Amino acid sequence: MNRIHTMFSELRKKGETALIPFITAGDPDVKTTEALVLEMAAKGADLIELGLPFSDPLADGPTIQAASQRALAAGMNTKKFFELVRRVRKKSGIPLVLMGYYNPLFKYGLERFARDAAAAGIDGTIIPDLPLEEAGPWMQAAQRAGLANIFLIAPNTPPERIEKIGRASKGFLYYVSVTGITGARNDLPPELSEGLTLARKLVDIPLAVGFGISRPEQVAMLARFADGIIVGSAIVKIVERHAGNPAGAVKEVGEFVKRLKDAARPA
Amino acid sequence: MNKKRTRIINVVDKNGHFGLFGGRFVPETLMPAITELEQAYSKAKRAPGFKEELRSILKDFVGRPTPLYEARRLGQALGGIRVFLKREDLTHTGAHKINNTIGQVLLARRMGKRRIIAETGAGQHGVATATAAALMGLECEVYMGRKDTVRQAMNVFRMELTGAKVIPVDSGTKTLKDAINEAIRDWVTNVADTHYIIGSVVGPHPYPVMVRDFQSVIGRETKGQIKRRIGRLPDVVIACVGGGSNAMGMFYNFVRNSEVRLIGVEAAGEGVDSDFHSATLTVGEPGVLHGTMSYLLQDKWGQIKGAHSVAPGLDYPGVGPEHSALKDAGRVEYVAVDDKQALRGFELLSKTEGIIPALESAHAVAYLQELAPKLKKGTVVVINLSGRGDKDVQSVSEIFKGGAAR
Repeated sequence: MNRIHTMFSELRKKGETALIPFITAGDPDVKTTEALVLEMAAKGADLIELGLPFSDPLADGPTIQAASQRALAAGMNTKKFFELVRRVRKKSGIPLVLMGYYNPLFKYGLERFARDAAAAGIDGTIIPDLPLEEAGPWMQAAQRAGLANIFLIAPNTPPERIEKIGRASKGFLYYVSVTGITGARNDLPPELSEGLTLARKLVDIPLAVGFGISRPEQVAMLARFADGIIVGSAIVKIVERHAGNPAGAVKEVGEFVKRLKDAARPA
Repeated sequence: MNKKRTRIINVVDKNGHFGLFGGRFVPETLMPAITELEQAYSKAKRAPGFKEELRSILKDFVGRPTPLYEARRLGQALGGIRVFLKREDLTHTGAHKINNTIGQVLLARRMGKRRIIAETGAGQHGVATATAAALMGLECEVYMGRKDTVRQAMNVFRMELTGAKVIPVDSGTKTLKDAINEAIRDWVTNVADTHYIIGSVVGPHPYPVMVRDFQSVIGRETKGQIKRRIGRLPDVVIACVGGGSNAMGMFYNFVRNSEVRLIGVEAAGEGVDSDFHSATLTVGEPGVLHGTMSYLLQDKWGQIKGAHSVAPGLDYPGVGPEHSALKDAGRVEYVAVDDKQALRGFELLSKTEGIIPALESAHAVAYLQELAPKLKKGTVVVINLSGRGDKDVQSVSEIFKGGAAR
């Protein structure tokens, strides 16, 4: 079975919550991305979400927008993304999920994209601008290639729709913590734990929460309510801060991921 | 024109698809808002009170119906054809954009939203939104690419005067597409109390249908007016296409009448072979941007390319999904004229008729200059004069002073 499924079942046995860091592929360059993925895997990441940059990332805040622009300016594209995944896959068995907007998939050709992604070593996809109603063709292509297509739900998604999306989602279900865009936030909404508890009752697959999570304390608090915790912008910011010093970025991201993962383990 | 196909391209399915095009490619957070909007719109559409209020505001505030004016000197200059101008430039705020914003603020009020957001390129939609929001006493914020705030400074001031806040956008290409991204991000965040007024027949369903419906008053009036004037329908109808709202509003009522030739004119900027144009339907390829599947300017990896035109209102790398469907069905011809031609059209209409058109609308005039020699004497052509050129006189005078258009 799929690496994502295996990872969640093993963690469940240990009573641990998965830590899922996100970085934008090709920011600042492919070599650094490769080093970052391997370092995060070594420091306790359970699954890595790799962003395929898009020119118009409308679900993303300024941090990931800027990272996407940097990656595109440095020449990142779909072909190079798959080559990068292939290299990482030779060295690591960590589950890898592609986060990308629909147009680059559509342009590449859905069947071909699914095949090439799976062959490179991608385990699943998160496509923030592809809701259930539009996802039919991609779900078929992904399924044929053995990719898990992970859907998102938001705090304003009605219960019956959560159930429906939960049934369609493979691998896990992504719970968007805020009605808003990605970006590190100091405060998470107080009703978040209730939302997660309700969603967990409504669906059978693992539930991972993301958007706005940036600190170990937040991870520790949320670990009780979710099977996985996604941290993106806070990591991308570290990469941004170390512009011109990839070794420094890799080291600090590794240490940060370790602290986040420690917070995701039961006390 | 095959009748069956005509019927298909005029109807959307329940998820807002015009065949391959359209749909709702949005983050999950927006799905409830879009569904709410769709339901509110379909209810309002049938409510007599809504229609009556819309009609009355369009009449007394906007100044509808707008005239259909026969431009005789232009017709003579073009070799003896008959040219009629649908004078959307005479509406309050000076462009067709107000037809849509009045409809949408009425809807927003029915939905109990207290805050309006919008994007704007040339500033015409921003001005029309700010005006409609002022009329209803709603809070209004308008996203505008930084570049556009500079080249359309007068419209920024008009929006501020009518009580709106203009937010310059510095992401991406700093033009219309980035202003839309930013408006969508705002909407995702403030969806509970905010209504987003998209300015064209683009975006996720129900926007393309709803905006087209609000704009279809243009074609409906034109049809009645031309029949009264000449006792029949025109031979040719021409409109400029950026996102395509004035064109869709004009074409919609003529799509069924296969004897009427419909022509959409895109901006070829510095040429469709250059990297600086907005000719989405002419040379683009299908893809997804801003929540809808349509023709797009994109590279081989599906990254969206920047658009260019001397007319900021046409400066958009996408286009309405219904236009894409009409193109593929062969019902509308889509062509492109470049910046230089558009400037000649701008001058021609100003000199022959004393009407200074918006640079966007000047593209339609410019294409007629090219087409006219191929038309029989007496051919009846309607041009949708979507906006007036006051906003452009400054930039055009700079171009003329600097020699030829770049």
